Amino acid sequence: MWNWFYKLASPPHFYRTATVLEPWLFWPALVLLAIGLYGGLVMAPADYVQGDGYRIIYVHVPSSYLSMFTYVTMAVTSAIGLIWRMKLAFCVAAACAPIGAAFTFMSLTTGAIWGQPMWGTWWVWDPRLTSQLILFFLYLGYMFLRQALAETRQADRASGVLAVVGVVNIPIIHFSVEWWNSLHQPASLSKLETPAIAGDMLWPLLVMILAYQLLMLALLMTGIRAQVLEREKNARWVGELLDTTGHEA
Amino acid sequence: MIRAFFMVMRRELTVAVRRWSDLVMPLVFFIIVCTLFPLAVGQDIEILNDIGPGAIWVAALLATLLSLNTLFRDDFEDGSLEQLVLDKEPLTFLLLAKTVAHWLVTGLPLVVLSPVLVLAFGMPVTAIPGVVLTLLAGTPALSLLGSVGAALTAGLRQASGLLALLLLPLTIPVLIFGARAADMAASGESIVGPLYMLGGISMLALTLTPFATAAAVRVSLD
Repeated sequence: MWNWFYKLASPPHFYRTATVLEPWLFWPALVLLAIGLYGGLVMAPADYVQGDGYRIIYVHVPSSYLSMFTYVTMAVTSAIGLIWRMKLAFCVAAACAPIGAAFTFMSLTTGAIWGQPMWGTWWVWDPRLTSQLILFFLYLGYMFLRQALAETRQADRASGVLAVVGVVNIPIIHFSVEWWNSLHQPASLSKLETPAIAGDMLWPLLVMILAYQLLMLALLMTGIRAQVLEREKNARWVGELLDTTGHEA
Repeated sequence: MIRAFFMVMRRELTVAVRRWSDLVMPLVFFIIVCTLFPLAVGQDIEILNDIGPGAIWVAALLATLLSLNTLFRDDFEDGSLEQLVLDKEPLTFLLLAKTVAHWLVTGLPLVVLSPVLVLAFGMPVTAIPGVVLTLLAGTPALSLLGSVGAALTAGLRQASGLLALLLLPLTIPVLIFGARAADMAASGESIVGPLYMLGGISMLALTLTPFATAAAVRVSLD
């Protein structure tokens, strides 16, 4: 079992694994995305109160969920990297940042687009919105810090410390709606046994969340491969790899 | 260990007193930022009254940020930070001493200065204890969180913009509770709730951030 684990942690081996995994994550994600979008935008009935406007949740909820999931992944892999000095863990963390920032940006924009007709304003300074914005700045800070430190090893560890410190924001976002009575409605999916949402509206949402999750993993694989290549660019296996695929070394 | 703690703190305080311009700069900055609000918003005393507590907190946050630039830089450049790392006493503890000294020379003067600004914004005299208490409970958290950011950027040349980007997100909860409590104090309400929250954040920061700061200093010296 440990043998398998050590093998996975070796960059060349992981590079090959990620290359194999990538299409298996990417294509199912696309198929599920198509099913979920069709289900959510066409098949699900219009909402009694919000009309068709509610349908943006099919994009908003998955991106919000993944904005946090990606941050937690980044923080956990950073912690693993800091504690066990594992290079691959930092590759994962570094690859997470732009993906997470994109999801956070999407969550903020779709929320604003939905808020304009529903709340009558693009933006309110409400705890949940504000803490999501903070999350976006944390991602930016992480990426800028990496940029500023030229040496990869130092950038890995410094940004790792930042990611771990910033993780305090995640519970704040998650519970903000319950702690403060905010304008943002409580989660519709917190308890799966009694969802506060009708079945024919629910299944496309679940499909979309799964699709986004797979998409995130697929993008992560691409990101990790880029990270590994960048770091190992002088290694022999990279040279051999580029030779066999016919690109210039 | 206690002795080493106080030795480091004494050294920091001596350095701070000898380079008094570094000591006074954040305070002047604090006052100037507060001056900008009436100039920008207008002299309407009602409005100044309303924005006063928030303005004072924003100014305090920015002043702390300004002072953090130099927290580790000089020691990083002349090598004394390396000496602290090599010391047999735990680095976490020594850096905490530095941070405490930093709070004593920047956070505490801000607290002492704040009553003047409370009056300048036209808030009632009865608001003074409330505002002072919120700053007293909140500024330690700013210094402690700031020490993590300062340690991460110690070795960088143009660090101030980056430092702001790293720190402002982390200090926003402190700002929210601090400004709200100060606001409640200004309108004569009980501030016990948010004050406990601020004190809690400061305590949490006191127990957790020194470890992050120590890790960050080790990374910067790598």
